[in-house]
Amino acid sequence: MSRDSTAKVLTVAFLLCLICSILVSAAAVGLSSRQEQNKIQEKRKNILQAAGLYEEGRPIEAQFEKIQPRLVDLQQVEFSREFDPTTFDSRSAARDPEIRYRIPPERDLANIKFRSRYKVVYLMMDNDGNLQQLILPVHGKGLWSTMYGFIALADDLSTINGFAFYEHGETPGLGGEIDNPSWKKQWPGKKVYGPSGETRIDVLKGTVDEDSANAVYQVDGLAGATLTARGVGNLLRYWMGEDAYKPFLEKLKEEGVKP
Amino acid sequence: MSKAKDVFLDPLFNKNPIGLQILGICSALAVTSKLETVVAMCLAVIFVITGSNVSISLIRRQIPSNIRIIVEITIIATLVIIVDEFLQAYAFGISKQLSIFVGLIITNCIVLGRAEGFAMKSPPGLSFLDGVGNGLGYSLVLLLVAFFRELLGAGKLLGMTILSTTSEGGWYLPNGLMLLPPSAFFIIGLLIWVLRTWKTDQIEEEN
Repeated sequence: MSRDSTAKVLTVAFLLCLICSILVSAAAVGLSSRQEQNKIQEKRKNILQAAGLYEEGRPIEAQFEKIQPRLVDLQQVEFSREFDPTTFDSRSAARDPEIRYRIPPERDLANIKFRSRYKVVYLMMDNDGNLQQLILPVHGKGLWSTMYGFIALADDLSTINGFAFYEHGETPGLGGEIDNPSWKKQWPGKKVYGPSGETRIDVLKGTVDEDSANAVYQVDGLAGATLTARGVGNLLRYWMGEDAYKPFLEKLKEEGVKP
Repeated sequence: MSKAKDVFLDPLFNKNPIGLQILGICSALAVTSKLETVVAMCLAVIFVITGSNVSISLIRRQIPSNIRIIVEITIIATLVIIVDEFLQAYAFGISKQLSIFVGLIITNCIVLGRAEGFAMKSPPGLSFLDGVGNGLGYSLVLLLVAFFRELLGAGKLLGMTILSTTSEGGWYLPNGLMLLPPSAFFIIGLLIWVLRTWKTDQIEEEN
């Protein structure tokens, strides 16, 4: 069989594809459980970090023990059992015509157009079954990218315990400073809602005047990253507002957590 | 024996794939803002070049010449996917930072260049040395670039603080440009200048 005959070409191509596909599938299948585990760990770590609970070196499972994921139906404003909260993926849900929600353009501060009707929230309970902390996933557009993060609220459901992004594509050194620990440490203690329940939290352009009565709702902007900082403020005002978590938070405050 | 030595050592300085042939620049710009990711990237590239060189060399007499590029790319792609899967399983943090650039090793011109230019006409032993040599030549440049970028851009090396930056209360004002891809371009340019001042035979003749 000559080296360039059609039969030879087909045989070589077929054998090569067969061997390569066996190798690739073996690697993908053999390692998939470990990869899944990594992804779950990563997500849990992000949640713990947002809540300010993460301790370096302690196994993540142990740290995550007190936190329970729950599915919330934001349209019905109630906990839901429609999907399993440990596996529900709200990013792909935001693309699924069955369960996504089109955000009215005039309300779409976070600039995301669609969001999932269901969100997985994380409750941290104390030993008597009272809510200690509530961790909510939020996301929205920065300058270049969609930024994904978690915000942890204290038991009054207005005071921020922690806020951090776990995924974004903002410019390193400028917008990327949203990851800077010294910027992030401004968030704990700030309040999301004003006395009559209006969503007040915001990121300023420039620094916060500590003497102002509004300082408790405000966080310093980022030098050289006005648009990223504005995106952060906007996405928080969207997610903490009427169109997203606010009705649920009000209900939760009134009725407490039901099993 | 001296041929084997040349095959192995030439890609380091005399025929460095980045320095002389200016190949593989895109990943050199993209992943070099931190040393840690660069080390992972370099190991991945060394594995892929060596693996593809050896396997292509082993079957070089069987590969029909009219589909040889497809065969080479298929083998390279297979190796890259395997590396990517392993990184995701055993070095998740690094694989997240490298993200798409592991996958892009497939399009790294150095890998295909060595497969087509060397492994197709050389025995497996030499191809192995050529693969390791070129992988190391690539790594050498990347490590140097990342060394300067991380040190001057973040004041750190492998995540450890060397120059304490002003934002953490130290004295060093980091150069933000160093964290952006163009700085890698400048550093590679300077490296090529140094290399060609030392090895004058690499200077191209002017037309």
